[in-house]
Amino acid sequence: MNGNSLLSAFEQMLTIRAFEERAEQLFYQNDVRGSVHLGIGQEAVAVGARAALRAGDLVAPTYRGHAYALAWGMPLFAAFGELFGRAIGSNRGRGGSKHFADLDRGVLPANAIVAASLPIACGTAFAARLDRREEITLVPFGEGATNQAVFHESMNLAVLWDLPVIFLCENNLYSEMTPIARMSRNVDISERARAYPMPSAIADGMDVTAVAEAVSGAADRARRGEGPTFIEAKTYRFCGHMAGDSEPYRTKEEVAEWRNRDPIDKVRRELQEKGRTSGELEAISQTVSTAVMEAEVAAREATLPSVLDIGLGAANWMEVER
Amino acid sequence: MTSLVTSPTRTLTYREAIREALQLEMERDANVILMGEDIGDYGGVFKVTLGLLDAFGPERVIETPIAEAGFVGAAIGAAIRGKRPVVELMFMDFALVAADQLFNQAAKLRFISGDQLRIPLTIRTQQGVGSGTAAQHSQSLEALFMQIPGFAVALPSTPSDAKGLLATAIRSDDPSIVIEHKMLYASKGEVPEGEHLVPFGQAAIRRVGSDLTLVSYSRSMQTVLGAAEELAASGIEAEVIDLRTIMPIDWDMVLESVGKTGHLVVVHEGHRTGGVGAEIAARVAELAGADLRAPVGRVCGLDIPVPYAASLESAWLPQQPDVVRGAKRVLAR
Repeated sequence: MNGNSLLSAFEQMLTIRAFEERAEQLFYQNDVRGSVHLGIGQEAVAVGARAALRAGDLVAPTYRGHAYALAWGMPLFAAFGELFGRAIGSNRGRGGSKHFADLDRGVLPANAIVAASLPIACGTAFAARLDRREEITLVPFGEGATNQAVFHESMNLAVLWDLPVIFLCENNLYSEMTPIARMSRNVDISERARAYPMPSAIADGMDVTAVAEAVSGAADRARRGEGPTFIEAKTYRFCGHMAGDSEPYRTKEEVAEWRNRDPIDKVRRELQEKGRTSGELEAISQTVSTAVMEAEVAAREATLPSVLDIGLGAANWMEVER
Repeated sequence: MTSLVTSPTRTLTYREAIREALQLEMERDANVILMGEDIGDYGGVFKVTLGLLDAFGPERVIETPIAEAGFVGAAIGAAIRGKRPVVELMFMDFALVAADQLFNQAAKLRFISGDQLRIPLTIRTQQGVGSGTAAQHSQSLEALFMQIPGFAVALPSTPSDAKGLLATAIRSDDPSIVIEHKMLYASKGEVPEGEHLVPFGQAAIRRVGSDLTLVSYSRSMQTVLGAAEELAASGIEAEVIDLRTIMPIDWDMVLESVGKTGHLVVVHEGHRTGGVGAEIAARVAELAGADLRAPVGRVCGLDIPVPYAASLESAWLPQQPDVVRGAKRVLAR
């Protein structure tokens, strides 16, 4: 990544981190309902992928998907608004943390069923191929999703139909609360691609440039009509599977070790090596904090969705009255 | 009432009528695509799509692997991006393999997104007993699609409705399922030429009567109409309503008829417990209980899996004598 791209990635990663840290606190304060699934520590994967793609390319995120929505340009106000269940939320308060959607910016509704977004991503890519549009669908998912049946079905379909889709596996080592090694005899996730056969790459998911390079190669292939690519980004979430996860499945030492590889710190060091001063970077950090805080305050003050409008998005033959 | 037929008709089979709807909609809108198992050269196991691959090519008639969740999901994604996929699920029973994509995805994504997208997806499938296909290829699962908000549900009983309901489904911007019946494909009837749309939520009165209302749909309509004639021979005039769609249901027509007859029996192949008849009985009791001169009766498939042997399968299915008996029981109370 060149200096400007890296600076932009730095700002995006800081924004995502700040948003998610607030989301976690808001959950503990009971300001956010349901569950919140955070990807703190995994920011380089979403931001690196976005940097390698074009405006108009789609993403089909999972419930751990805040980073993708924000990287694709969803306004912080809409993101906080959705967490708070406000009328100005990205989904008008119909989805919450697990379902951020922003179709105008290419964000398909984040999916709360593990691996369910994979065949849907094949479908959006299929439509692009039929219409001869140079549009790619990126579908991120955890390594746990690779044990679902539709993972296999989607990989097969994508190769069979030469679909412009990029399968981006965020291998954070834990399928929700269980080490992947206890759920599969082959933890070399990228090897699975060979069966279809689909080209694959392994990227350091804690390095935004490495992710961007891998996704860029995949995007080139897809735009040349050569079909899908599987990318395994080796990463780690510093937080639990969900806010409130007691994390008995891993040691504090292991988490600390990965925190030493914080992808944001890495970008900060790289920017300093490229001549950016710590003052400049601190100023960006301050700007991000202010933007996140202001968006949160404004979203909190926004109005609730009108109950009269509870049927928004229901088919016209659905009955809305009791 | 049925839609006004303005164009000339001719006799077609149920299968031909469905194929004609597919062909006309594909000619009308280049975004209409077909997806499913063996639907190309083979024409689908019930030969409904025969010839369409030659007519429209492999980008419009897409053969899929045996991967119901995968290709239903792909159809959803394509629909979100402006295609109008018509997916053939070879047997209704296979909808359960694709259940997540149908019920958690297609049925919900528009709503979850806060109305940012549309899913103009049509599922075509067939169900029902009659040919010894046993418990995993015979189920009538329409009640599932009625229970989970998301799909319009059509069950044509005639070739004309098979064409008109499918065309309506394909033009709908929300998910629809058109459930054909495996024993009806060779049945014949008059079908309008050219554009023919049967709106959802408009039932049809197939026989006028004043003593009792019989409500049904799909292949059971044949049983019910036979029973109505048998009842007439003993002086009982049944009004017979073909629902055509069970989501939405034409409540006005059902209630109006019950207001006239005061007696209601619902007949369907699907299991009785938690079935369509249960919903109709409950709704009629809620909205027009005072009109009922007797409790609502149900004549349904047994609440056990469908057996294979002809003698057992026949006993499982509601037959004409069952309907006649059910009607007389309601009238006797």
